[in-house]
Amino acid sequence: MAKKIEPRVPMPEQSPKERIRNFNEVPYGYTPEMAKKEASRCLQCKKPKCVSGCPVEINIPSFIGLVKEGDFGGAIKKIKETNLLPAICGRVCPQETQCEEVCVLAKNGQPVAIGRLERFCADWERSLGEEKISLPKCAPPTGKKVAVVGAGPAGLTVASDLAKLGHKVTIFEALHKPGGVLVYGIPEFRLPKEIVFAEVRILQKLGVELITNYIVGKTETVDELLERYDAVFIGTGAGAPAFMRIPGENLGGIYSANEYLTRSNLMKAYLFPETDTPIHRGKVVAVIGGGNVAMDSARTALRLGAERVLLIYRRTREEMPARAEEVHHAEEEGVEFHFLTNPVRYHGDEKGNVKEMECLKMRLGEPDSSGRPRPVPIENSNFRLSVDTVIVAIGNLANPIVPKSTPNLTVNKNGNIVADEDGRTSREGVFAGGDIVTGAATVISAMGAGRRAARAIHSYIMEKSSR
Amino acid sequence: MKAFQVVKKEHLSEQVWRMKIFAPHIAKKHKAGQFVILRVEEKGERIPLTVADSDSKAGVITLIFQVVGATTHKLSCLKEGDCLRDLVGPLGTPTHIEKYGSVVAVGGGIGIAPLYPIVKALKAAGNRLIGILGARTKSLLILEEEMRALMDETLISTDDGSYGERGVVTDVLKRLKERGEKIDLVIAIGPAIMMKFVCALTAEYKLPTLVSLNPIMVDGTGMCGACRVEIGGETKFACVDGPEFDGHKVNWDLLMKRLRFYNEQEKVSYELAKKCTCGGD
Ligand SMILES: Cc1cc2nc3c(=O)[nH]c(=O)nc-3n(C[C@H](O)[C@H](O)[C@H](O)COP(=O)(O)OP(=O)(O)OC[C@H]3O[C@@H](n4cnc5c(N)ncnc54)[C@H](O)[C@@H]3O)c2cc1C
Ligand code: SF4
Ligand code: FES
Repeated sequence: MAKKIEPRVPMPEQSPKERIRNFNEVPYGYTPEMAKKEASRCLQCKKPKCVSGCPVEINIPSFIGLVKEGDFGGAIKKIKETNLLPAICGRVCPQETQCEEVCVLAKNGQPVAIGRLERFCADWERSLGEEKISLPKCAPPTGKKVAVVGAGPAGLTVASDLAKLGHKVTIFEALHKPGGVLVYGIPEFRLPKEIVFAEVRILQKLGVELITNYIVGKTETVDELLERYDAVFIGTGAGAPAFMRIPGENLGGIYSANEYLTRSNLMKAYLFPETDTPIHRGKVVAVIGGGNVAMDSARTALRLGAERVLLIYRRTREEMPARAEEVHHAEEEGVEFHFLTNPVRYHGDEKGNVKEMECLKMRLGEPDSSGRPRPVPIENSNFRLSVDTVIVAIGNLANPIVPKSTPNLTVNKNGNIVADEDGRTSREGVFAGGDIVTGAATVISAMGAGRRAARAIHSYIMEKSSR
Repeated sequence: MKAFQVVKKEHLSEQVWRMKIFAPHIAKKHKAGQFVILRVEEKGERIPLTVADSDSKAGVITLIFQVVGATTHKLSCLKEGDCLRDLVGPLGTPTHIEKYGSVVAVGGGIGIAPLYPIVKALKAAGNRLIGILGARTKSLLILEEEMRALMDETLISTDDGSYGERGVVTDVLKRLKERGEKIDLVIAIGPAIMMKFVCALTAEYKLPTLVSLNPIMVDGTGMCGACRVEIGGETKFACVDGPEFDGHKVNWDLLMKRLRFYNEQEKVSYELAKKCTCGGD
């Protein structure tokens, strides 16, 4: 172990000053030379810890070894054995709490940049052109049909895995574009939408049918789908915004993060008036919350021209659930963090638009059920901040449309569908996975759930037909 | 026929159009009180429109809209045979239909269109129906014949007196009440200000009153909260919890202020849309 470990190869990116004026992706990605250099830092451990940290168990040392040798095609094949959407995961996975956290080099400070290498491989393949991307082999048609509800990461994964097994899959998506949160929530500067659409086109080449503008539970119910399909998978996500229910929260200029981000990302309101959907371009914007959604909202507000963006979080930096990289980016871009602060009421002007936010100072108390210290209000510490836009990013709840319209589908007290490890629900032939089961989580965990559900759906429909 | 194709387009009055659109899934499921969300073209906005009628055999829904901004302008430019970019529905909770007895249906301006399918369903359920239809002026009154065909009695008012009584719908309702008419339910659909005044009056009379709210929406599925309204002090999402609510509990001022939030931008995009002269007639 005498060998000195080189520091991580940094990934070039747009400077903060430049990037807050555009919606282009922030990092440029590694060049082949950088990738090979970073790959050579990997120790090729016999018992690689990183693999156990990866929710879909990518054979990490093996793909990194291929990168080091310059066999990028081999590397991307290796990754795709277990991860369907590497260009997406390489960008949005919280590697610092997964593979990179447990990488042996992490102890010495700098783990291998596994996420950046994953992203590099996927981008290298994309750069060859879409027609060159080799399609996975599909088993001969089984004659079985599966309906997938929701085109987010969970639904896309189920669709892909089942198509490869020879089943005919139809995805029903409520919005006019596929991708789920990847398209309506996560901004372009973090995940270019074209990457998601390219992945969906590959799925379609595998024979998966995508029907947008179709709300299961409204346009057609799960029970009606079951008459036409051998099984149904529900991957509808955690798409209902939570509000704080404090006075003044319905004033003009107060958005849920979902609305703000959907206007900007899905509807491309940042291009207004070239596009028709408006968004309020606030001068002083407060964002409430400390997760990825809050960071995305804050950074979007800056790019929409805000002079100041105040991030209001009721605990401290240590408890913020957002990815470290996102917090870092937000800080570099000039987002002001106000910790131990919680809004209690909003004040409006004569037009009914928000003009002030009244807050309380907080302190940390005993740990609560989440294990994090409970924020406790400090009495009489009220103060006011002048703001013209507020984005509430305190979490998302389960959307009730599917559960409400599906008799005997069991949900828990939060409205999440109850499903076992393999996605089986209380209804025969109905499977579920992703955020609708777990509550708001991560892209990779939704994909993992999709993968397990696909296996369970496969055995269910094959067994059913042999019965 | 292609999905979301315009099968028929008619001019109903100045700035008001009726379009029949091919959308078999929606036509099959649609119930009175529900709406759709549509996008005319790739750069367009998503807007909600109430389904004014549906024919599940033909797989066609009817939309009636007034040109008030960029999207409705672009919609009015579509010709028969053209297709909408996107159309999704049916959305919202259907109207609760039962035999109430005697129902007064108040429609103002373009609000007569969403009122029509509800009246139709109430008629089928055996209710006695009195219609009060209001418009600014005679040429803006829509669906008079269709409504008359369903109503036991139809009363009309115009602001300028060019047709029916001169005045507003609340004047007519007052007179109806004064003549001793027994009323079990009032349904009012029209501009927010009209619904507000109808509700103020029926609150005095203690008449249960249903209204259909039209806040700004984005997804229409409960995902964004753009459509927040206050009902009896509680926040509701009009797209899933409504669009119909007990009119006496609605915070009208909030609704009207929220509706005005994007006025400036809406003007800009409308002006731009108008510049593009299209094939519409
Ligand atoms: C702003 C934001 C930033 C995030 N950043 C990260 C990140 O950096 N890293 C990370 O790992 N995770 C992140 N997440 C979380 C991650 O995006 C989600 O955990 C993941 O997308 C969940 O996948 P899903 O397939 O379960 O659901 P979703 O992605 O929510 O997709 C569900 C799909 O189902 C559709 N749908 C809903 N109801 C119906 C219906 N009735 N009929 C038909 N279709 C329906 C929806 O329109 C949607 O397209 C972020 C989330 C948000 C909101
Ligand atoms: S734990 Fe780190 S060093 Fe070891 S194989 Fe994985 S990436 Fe390479
Ligand atoms: S329109 Fe988005 S929640 Fe109602």
